[in-house]
Amino acid sequence: MQEAMIKRAKELLAEGTVNRVMGWQAGEFAYDITPTVFSSADELDKAFVYNDFCSANVSKYMIKESRKEGKILCFLKPCDSYSFNQLLAEHRIWRDNVYIIGIPSYGKVDVNKVRAKGVTGITGIHTDGPNVVVETIYGSETMVKMDVMEDRCLCCKSKKHMVYDELLGEEGEVLQSNRFEQVEALENMTPEERYEFWRSELSKCIRCNACRNVCPACTCENCVFDNPASGVANKAPSSDFEENMFHIIRAFHVAGRCTDCGECSRVCPQNIPLHLLNRKFIKDINELYGTYQAGEDKDARGPLTNFTVDDCEPSIVHHRRG
Amino acid sequence: MLKVSVDKINDLFRAIAATQKLYLPVDTNAGAQYREWSEGVTMSQALNTNRSAKDFFFPQTENLAEFKMEGKKIEVKPQVNEYEDYVVFGVRACDAASFAILDRVFLSEPVDTFYAHRREHGTIITLACNRPAETCFCTTFGVDPAVPGGDVSAWQKGEELYLEAQTEKGEKLLQAVAGALSQAESEDIEPVKAAIRVMMEKLPLAKLSLKGIEDQKMLDLFYSDKWNALSESCLGCGTCTFVCPTCQCYDVRDFDTGNGIQRFRCWDSCMYSDFTKMAHGNIRNSQMERFRQRFMHKLVYFPENNEGIYSCVGCGRCLAKCPIHMNIVKVIKTMGGTENE
Ligand code: SF4
Ligand code: SF4
Ligand code: SF4
Ligand code: SF4
Repeated sequence: MQEAMIKRAKELLAEGTVNRVMGWQAGEFAYDITPTVFSSADELDKAFVYNDFCSANVSKYMIKESRKEGKILCFLKPCDSYSFNQLLAEHRIWRDNVYIIGIPSYGKVDVNKVRAKGVTGITGIHTDGPNVVVETIYGSETMVKMDVMEDRCLCCKSKKHMVYDELLGEEGEVLQSNRFEQVEALENMTPEERYEFWRSELSKCIRCNACRNVCPACTCENCVFDNPASGVANKAPSSDFEENMFHIIRAFHVAGRCTDCGECSRVCPQNIPLHLLNRKFIKDINELYGTYQAGEDKDARGPLTNFTVDDCEPSIVHHRRG
Repeated sequence: MLKVSVDKINDLFRAIAATQKLYLPVDTNAGAQYREWSEGVTMSQALNTNRSAKDFFFPQTENLAEFKMEGKKIEVKPQVNEYEDYVVFGVRACDAASFAILDRVFLSEPVDTFYAHRREHGTIITLACNRPAETCFCTTFGVDPAVPGGDVSAWQKGEELYLEAQTEKGEKLLQAVAGALSQAESEDIEPVKAAIRVMMEKLPLAKLSLKGIEDQKMLDLFYSDKWNALSESCLGCGTCTFVCPTCQCYDVRDFDTGNGIQRFRCWDSCMYSDFTKMAHGNIRNSQMERFRQRFMHKLVYFPENNEGIYSCVGCGRCLAKCPIHMNIVKVIKTMGGTENE
C-alpha cells in the first residue's frame, strides 16, 4: 500500500493537481510516526510511510491546510473520513482545496500494549500476516496482532470511506461493531460504582489537553479553558472536582458531533478511557433521537441541533435509569 | 556496600516505612506511578514512571495563599505546610539528574521555600537501569545509569539488591534500617555496571550528539527555517512539558472561592497559547514560536546561563508520550544536521 500511495502522490504532484501531500513520516524506531506535509517527490521517497503505526487522524490538520495556497492531497483511513466529513458539515474545511484518497486500514498496533508485554529496547516492528514481529536490543519477539491492536480498532465501526475523490485498495463495509458493550458495562453499574469509576479515572488527568487538542470535534479558535477572560480558564485544577468538570463539559460540547474516532483515548498519557464518555453520549443519542452516526452524511442535521415534534421531552432523564 | 535479597525487600521497605513515608513506583492503569508503600504494595518492574519524580518537590498544583474578604476587610493567610521526612525509592539516574537542574532554578535567589522544604525532607534512593529502553539517551547528557546517584544508590544483581550511601542523608537512612541489610563488597556489582554500559552502547540513540547544536550561534538556530517543518503538526498540548522531569515553568492563578481568593500555582507549558500572556497580549503568537521556545530553552538558553548544562536529561518520556511523536531527539538531529544518522 505504501508504494502505491507514494506513486499516486508523486503523479498528482507532477501533474499539478496538488502542491502538497499530507501523510505520515517515519521516525527513529519504526513506531514513532509523525503526521507531516510533504511537498516534493524527494521528500516522499525519503520519509513517507504507511504502516500499522500510522494511527494519527490527519483530518483536523485540513482545517488549516485547506486555507493555504493550492490544493493538498490527504490520505484518509475509513475512520478519519468520518471526522473529515463532520468537519465539512461544520464548514471548517475548504473542500475544494483538498484532494482525498481513501486508503484501507487493517487495524493499528498500540505500542503501549507491546510494551505492556514487557518488551523494551524496540528497534523495529513490522506486521507479518496475523503476527507482529518486534526487534529489540534484547532479541526479537513475535506476538499475535490482535493482542496488541489498539482498543478502538478491536471494535472498528466501519471499513467504508464517507468521503473521497479516489480510493486505493479495496473498499470495505460499515461493520456490526460491539463498541457499545463497554458503555453497557458502565450503565449496569450502580450510580455509586459509576461515580467512583469516573472519579478515579478522571483524577489521573494531568490536564495536558492532548485529548482536546487532537480531537477533530474540538475546533474552537480559542477554547474557554484557554481564555483567561472566560473566568473558567485553568491550566490545572485547584480542586479534583474541576478536573472532572473539564471532561464533562468537553463531552457535552462534542456530543452529536463526536464520530468516535478514538483519538482522545489514544493520545492520553495517563491512559484515561475518555472515549467511553463520548460513546455514552452517542449511545444515548441513538436511543433517544434515532440511530445517528456523526460524519456519515455531511448534509444531515445533527440530532442536537435539529428539532422535530417527535423529540423526546427533557423528562426522559427521569424515566430512564438516570 | 550493603545488600538485601530481593525476596526480603519488603523487610527493607517495612523498616523505612516505620520511620517515614516511603514512595515507590507501582503499576497502575496509568502505567507506573509513584505511590506510598504499605503492606501488600509491590514495586513496579517498569523502567521509568509515567510521570517524573519532580512531582515530589514541585507538585502540579499547590496553594500559596488565601485571601478572605469580609466587608471591606481583607485577611491574607499565607499557606502553612507541615513538611515530613520521606523516602523515594527506585528513582532512575535520569530523574535523579533532573533534580540538580531544578535546584538551579528553585534554589537560586530568591529561594523557592516550598520547593526547598520538600527537597530537604526527601531522601532519594536511585536504582540502576538493567534494561534501558530504546527511548533512553541519558548518556548524551553525561548521565551514567550504572552509577545512578541520589542519596543512596541501588543495583539489582540477580536475586540481590545492593545499596550504597552517596550522601550524609543517605548514610543516615541506611544506618536507621541496618537491621534489614547485610554487608557486601563493592566489587560485587562491577559486573552489573559493566553490563549496563554494554547495553547503553547498543541503544539506538547511543551516538546522539549535541555537537551540531553547540557549533552554531544562538541566533542562527533561532532564525533557522527548520523550525517550521519540525513544529508543523505539533498539537500545542502540554504533554511533553508535563511529563518532563526538567520542565519547570508554572503560573500563579487566583481561584474565586465565592468569599475570597485561593491563590495557587500550577505547572504551565510554553506550548500553550496563553503562556506568559501579558497585558498587551502574547509574545509568541504561533505554535512554531512556542515549540521553538521549548527546545531552545533546553538546548541553548539554559546551558547559556548555566555553565553549559543542558536542561534535558534524556529520560525519553517526551519520545514515548508525544501524540505526534515529535520530540527533542528529532529536534537535536534536525537542528544539528544529523537527521539521517
Ligand atoms: S489527554 Fe489525558 S491527561 Fe491530558 S488532558 Fe486529556 S484526559 Fe487529561
Ligand atoms: S525533554 Fe524529553 S527526554 Fe529530555 S528530560 Fe524532558 S521529557 Fe526527558
Ligand atoms: S534514560 Fe538512562 S537513567 Fe533514565 S531510565 Fe533510561 S537508561 Fe535509565
Ligand atoms: S511536541 Fe508533542 S507533546 Fe509537545 S506540545 Fe507538541 S504535540 Fe504535544
